[in-house]
Amino acid sequence: MVFQYNKLQSLTIIACLLPLLLLLVDIAFNNLGANPIQALHMRLGDWSLRFLWLTLAITPIQSVTKWRGMTDYRQILGLYVFFYATLHVLVYLLVDHALVWHIIGIDIIESSYIWLGILAYCIIFLLALTSPKWAKKRMGKTWKKLHRLIYIAAGAAILHYYWQLKGNLAEPLFYLIIIILLLSFRVAVWFKNRKFNKMMIPTGQKVQVMVAKQVVMSETIREPQVTILKSDMKR
Amino acid sequence: MIIKTEKAIPASEITDPLVFNKRRQIIKAMLATMLTGSGIVPALANNNKPVWGDLPKSNLSNDSLLLTPAEIIKNHTNYYEFSFNKTDATTLAQSLPVDPWSVEISGEVEKPGSYYLEDILRQQTLQEHIYRFRCVEAWSMVVPWVGFSLGSLLKMVKPLSTANFVKFTTVYQPKIMPSQANNTMLEWPYVEALRMDEAMHPLTILAVGMYGDTLPKQNGAPLRLVVPWKYGFKSIKAIVKIELLKRPPTTTWNKFAPNDYGFYANVNPEVAHPRWSQNSERQLGSSFFTPRRQTELFNGYGEQVASLYSDMDLRHFF
Repeated sequence: MVFQYNKLQSLTIIACLLPLLLLLVDIAFNNLGANPIQALHMRLGDWSLRFLWLTLAITPIQSVTKWRGMTDYRQILGLYVFFYATLHVLVYLLVDHALVWHIIGIDIIESSYIWLGILAYCIIFLLALTSPKWAKKRMGKTWKKLHRLIYIAAGAAILHYYWQLKGNLAEPLFYLIIIILLLSFRVAVWFKNRKFNKMMIPTGQKVQVMVAKQVVMSETIREPQVTILKSDMKR
Repeated sequence: MIIKTEKAIPASEITDPLVFNKRRQIIKAMLATMLTGSGIVPALANNNKPVWGDLPKSNLSNDSLLLTPAEIIKNHTNYYEFSFNKTDATTLAQSLPVDPWSVEISGEVEKPGSYYLEDILRQQTLQEHIYRFRCVEAWSMVVPWVGFSLGSLLKMVKPLSTANFVKFTTVYQPKIMPSQANNTMLEWPYVEALRMDEAMHPLTILAVGMYGDTLPKQNGAPLRLVVPWKYGFKSIKAIVKIELLKRPPTTTWNKFAPNDYGFYANVNPEVAHPRWSQNSERQLGSSFFTPRRQTELFNGYGEQVASLYSDMDLRHFF
């Protein structure tokens, strides 16, 4: 089997369909306001953005809580980003433009905010395509590199949202702050690991001595860290 | 081999928005009846008589256009003084006092002064003007405005030969209008302006109503400008001041983002907004899977107004 999920995971999969269900109810009861096509389009865009930052939140949550098996949820949520983004694109092409290609063509060429949306969607599409576990295994290190593009997709998607607004910027700003927080968490972890690795070369007492020396050195003359390490190693 | 041909949708296949809306209303009423068990359907009862009733139509009215349902026009407004959300002003604007209302007319005129709207209306002939209203956000609707010619009001106050521009100012009511109180986004009060020849053009009207009734407050009551060949933001709401000037005044949106919103703001499918296309528009009231409408130069009023701009580069003066 390609997909095997436990109970909680299956529940998550169903819960993620709720926004779509609510949207269908709103369509049925004509609750989408005076411009229902735009409302439908925006709602789907909003949900793909929300799932995007939920997906990005998984890794930080995992490293803080030490929960195992969070990657499965990351995959589920990530695929829902793709799901809602695809509906968003389909609504644009079918519901709004009824596949009138010459108007769609001009609209895309002349609207820079759509370029950003296309960039985000292309990335999400690639990531969804390489989402299965066998793809992850086969791609090895490339997989991780490729899937880091999600931050580019997130940035592009938020700009895509912001770029088409005339006035109120509160909501895209809110999303932007969330993405920046999540990204800075990743960067902080990365920096922490890098420093830690360097300091891990000597062990035991030497580390303490070295750290103390480093502090003194940095207060007097600024010399590159590498030299200190080397001189320390020789002794 | 499949040869695709252009499929034009015959007019008969497009749901009349009025029919569409009525259908929705009936479905809703049926559901409501089912749920509550009551046989009375208040949604369909309409006993209010319109104030202006059936007025003669302006000869520049677009009679062939399908009107956008009043419910849509009333619940889809850009009234940033109240909110950035298009439905909020429907309730928020109701606290704006509009009676009595006076308009100050000043500047390069022989008869400046403060005029009561009541007195102005006594001297003007009201007509129904069915115009397409195209927003810079790429949506449009067809509104049966009730109004009178701005030119005829200006003639009444006798403009001097030095009057080259007409500046309009919206009411300043920070206690009622949250954006004015909080100084949000734009510079308040809202200001718009026209060149003198644009202001005198017979298409340009001051509206006091729509659908034969008084203007809903969220749509700019009691007095708003309507310039059908320009983007909607030129058609300023709740006007309290009209000034005739020698030099062009700075206008609100133009000042806020001069590269995005020009002084002229003539509807033009060829000149895109820096961030989005103006080539097509969504007609409000149309159902899902209806193609967008191809936007027309001067919003379709080129025959009447193109001559005003004959020697101008419309890309430069957007």
